[in-house]
Amino acid sequence: MALNQFLLLSAVLFSLGVYGVLARRNSVLVLMSVELMLNAVNLNLVTFGAFHQDVLGQVFALFVIAIAAAEVGVGLAIVLVIFRNRADVDLDKVDLMKG
Amino acid sequence: MIAQNVAFWSLAVAMVAAAYRLVTTQNVVRAALFLAVVLAGTAGQYVLLTAEFVAWVQVLVYIGAVVVLLLFGVMLTRAPIGAASGLDNDQRAVAAIVALLVLGALGAVLLDAFGDTELVFGEVRRSAEVADAIFGQYVVPFEVASVLLLAAVVGAVAMARRD
Repeated sequence: MALNQFLLLSAVLFSLGVYGVLARRNSVLVLMSVELMLNAVNLNLVTFGAFHQDVLGQVFALFVIAIAAAEVGVGLAIVLVIFRNRADVDLDKVDLMKG
Repeated sequence: MIAQNVAFWSLAVAMVAAAYRLVTTQNVVRAALFLAVVLAGTAGQYVLLTAEFVAWVQVLVYIGAVVVLLLFGVMLTRAPIGAASGLDNDQRAVAAIVALLVLGALGAVLLDAFGDTELVFGEVRRSAEVADAIFGQYVVPFEVASVLLLAAVVGAVAMARRD
């Protein structure tokens, strides 16, 4: 197997995540797109770990998975607070600090 | 090698199709299920890359916990369960251009740097070696990650509780 097929798959997933973050309005969907990008990065880390025949890539991927779990917990708590205060999760309407 | 390539390409096609539907679908619950498909496909790729332990952590933590948490988020924010409109904002064209630029830049760099480098698998790496690395050389980051998880849990509860 070529090294690039894994890396290019990861690049495609990352770009789709970028599109989702920029084009989505519902904040839960934005969080899902962020998870997609983190997942693409993890695939890169594991691929390079296999390429260098080192377990370090797997160790880093495990750390990223743990931190992604923390990120989605805190992110959803923030979304819930926004929903409770404004009865809406539309990101275009969260512009209180807009100059 | 042929069997591995067949497995790779079938997983890759399913993952890209599900990821595309994830960012374009007008149904929030389906988006979460498409995310589960992408994450399961990634777990399959980890198995192909001989990282079985990461594959199972992926299944347990991502598909088991993160997707369920996101579905709870969908439920608690009373997102429309059926098909809905207004999930996208009006900068889809710009977003698509930016995403294509990111893909073009990443693809050009990857093709230039690695061309047709082959991925050769040496001797089998046991999961015990991952454990040795985490609890040996990387034990301090591991403990920091556990403190971070505790802080995240406390912060999430403090933010989300009603009083």
